Amino acid sequence: MNRIKKLFQEKKDILSIYYTAGYPNLGDTVAIAEELERSGADLLEIGFPYSDPVADGPVIQASSKLALDNGMDLRLLFEQLKDLRKTVTIPVLLMGYVNPMLQFGVENFCKACAEVGVDGCIVPDLPMVEHEELYEPVFAKYGLSNIFLVTPQTSEERIRKIDGLSNGFIYLLSSSATTGKNLQVSDTTETYFSRIASLKLKNPTMIGFGISSKETFDKACKYANGAIIGTAFVKSLSADDVQGSVKNFMKEFKP
Amino acid sequence: MNYFVNEKGYYGDFGGAYIPEMLYPNVEELRQNYLKIIEDKDFQKEFHQLLKDYVGRPSPLYLAKRLSQKYNANIFLKREDLNHTGAHKINNTIGQILLAERLGKKRIIAETGAGQHGVATATVCALRGLECVVYMGEIDIQRQAPNVARMKMLGAKVVPATSGSKTLKDATNEAMRDWINNPVDTHYIIGSVVGPHPYPDMVALFQSIISEETKKQLIEQTGNDQPDYVLACVGGGSNAMGMFYHFIDDEKVKLIAVEAAGKGVDSGFSAATTTLGKEGVLHGSRSILMQTEDGQVVEPHSVSAGLDYPGIGPQHAHLFKTGRGQYVSITDDESLEAGLLLTQMEGIIPAIESAHALAYLEKMNFKGGENVVVCLSGRGDKDMDTYMRYFGL
Repeated sequence: MNRIKKLFQEKKDILSIYYTAGYPNLGDTVAIAEELERSGADLLEIGFPYSDPVADGPVIQASSKLALDNGMDLRLLFEQLKDLRKTVTIPVLLMGYVNPMLQFGVENFCKACAEVGVDGCIVPDLPMVEHEELYEPVFAKYGLSNIFLVTPQTSEERIRKIDGLSNGFIYLLSSSATTGKNLQVSDTTETYFSRIASLKLKNPTMIGFGISSKETFDKACKYANGAIIGTAFVKSLSADDVQGSVKNFMKEFKP
Repeated sequence: MNYFVNEKGYYGDFGGAYIPEMLYPNVEELRQNYLKIIEDKDFQKEFHQLLKDYVGRPSPLYLAKRLSQKYNANIFLKREDLNHTGAHKINNTIGQILLAERLGKKRIIAETGAGQHGVATATVCALRGLECVVYMGEIDIQRQAPNVARMKMLGAKVVPATSGSKTLKDATNEAMRDWINNPVDTHYIIGSVVGPHPYPDMVALFQSIISEETKKQLIEQTGNDQPDYVLACVGGGSNAMGMFYHFIDDEKVKLIAVEAAGKGVDSGFSAATTTLGKEGVLHGSRSILMQTEDGQVVEPHSVSAGLDYPGIGPQHAHLFKTGRGQYVSITDDESLEAGLLLTQMEGIIPAIESAHALAYLEKMNFKGGENVVVCLSGRGDKDMDTYMRYFGL
């Protein structure tokens, strides 16, 4: 069975971690994945860096820039992930912007994902209509999930459409914001999360953007199947002791 | 051949709205309303009144006699440099501020490179009493101090973009991030025919006043509204699109778009997008952009801050690919020489952006008697430092 489906069937309070490939050191990509799995992460989102990441705040922007300066690109990333499935068993998604994917070739990209055992993708600036008309068949051919984002401003009609096109989970943004803002669960966010819950969507949901601590993680888990931590994790990585910093970060969540 | 936007927001292979979900409601709100609002009688009346009384339109179409003699053709200059704030940019900001008001927006954001669009935005915000935040690359802030001062005096907050190359591309990224974080009350006034649909079409519509007037003025002055050539410089391409707009479907009129070659197209310091770029996605639309094989956006170079952009608007990409427009390039040196030439032959100091279009006249072979319109998109006051340094004045 598909690793993502299986995960959501078997577990709740799912902890997903985002990090940028090639950061802090070019060769850290797989080592971070292995250490995250050992330390209890349930799902991984590996970012492929882009020069103009408009949906990201300063921390992830800086990690992308450093990764590019280090020499990361999609060709190298797939090369690094060649033996991923020898050591990593949890689901892995790739996350990044559409232009590097287009230049690599959508078909080549999906094929490479399938070959190394990547389970799906999150491409925030790939419009739903383009995905539906042009890319969905390619994603399906290689068995990849495509994850869409939903914000508090997304209409119910559109959420239903996203639910129909999704086959993994739906990525709920805690607010309309770039990455790296703190989650403030106010009455309005609560109403929004409850509204989503009441829609009885066919896909599970994960809350992302603004999750930085055990406290915010637990809050998010009240409303969804789990939550995604990105900025706080990327910030905690130390170039000199990557494994140690991963272990240390994960202690708070999986003691 | 359809050279204009289709119902899906595309110009042939180019255009679309490649935006994260966070921007979808804003862009969708615009998409659903922009034509309705723009075509509304009240809007048209207010827009044209302001263009007339506040901007000073129609801008003259001036037959440059000495230049005409030199090039053996009738060289007409469309004098956008005489607009309030000194460039064509104000045509678009007037249109967009009226639209933003009708959408109930309270806060305006913009990006700027040289500062012309930033000044034009700060100006209309002062005019209408709206809060204004302008994103500008940290390096451009240093290069364009007088325009930064103008924006501040007009009441705008100028926020430095400190990521990436710290120039126009990064200022655009920062403005998009601001819009993501302020999804309800804010309107983003994009300054060129770039960005997600409907921006390229909307900005082109506001700038199309340039060619609308030109046609009328040509009839008055020559009895014929079909020039042989129309020339304009292209960074993102808003003055060019305004200058081309009403001539696009008239294939007898040759459209020439002049990009910035910087230190030369092969020098590694260039902004000649159609020569150096490939198809891809930047700032919300599919177009042609300068990028690495891996799809990372490449830093452009031009002496002119307004042309220092790694992409072009999607409609330009379409005109280029279909061959409807001829896309050429001019180096830093050639543009500065052309700026000096116009100054000394006609008594007009052009913006270095516009000087790129003028410089191409040197490379054309006229038979004599052709009618040629060059869009003089802005005045050169802001470029005096560069001119003085280059010519040792």
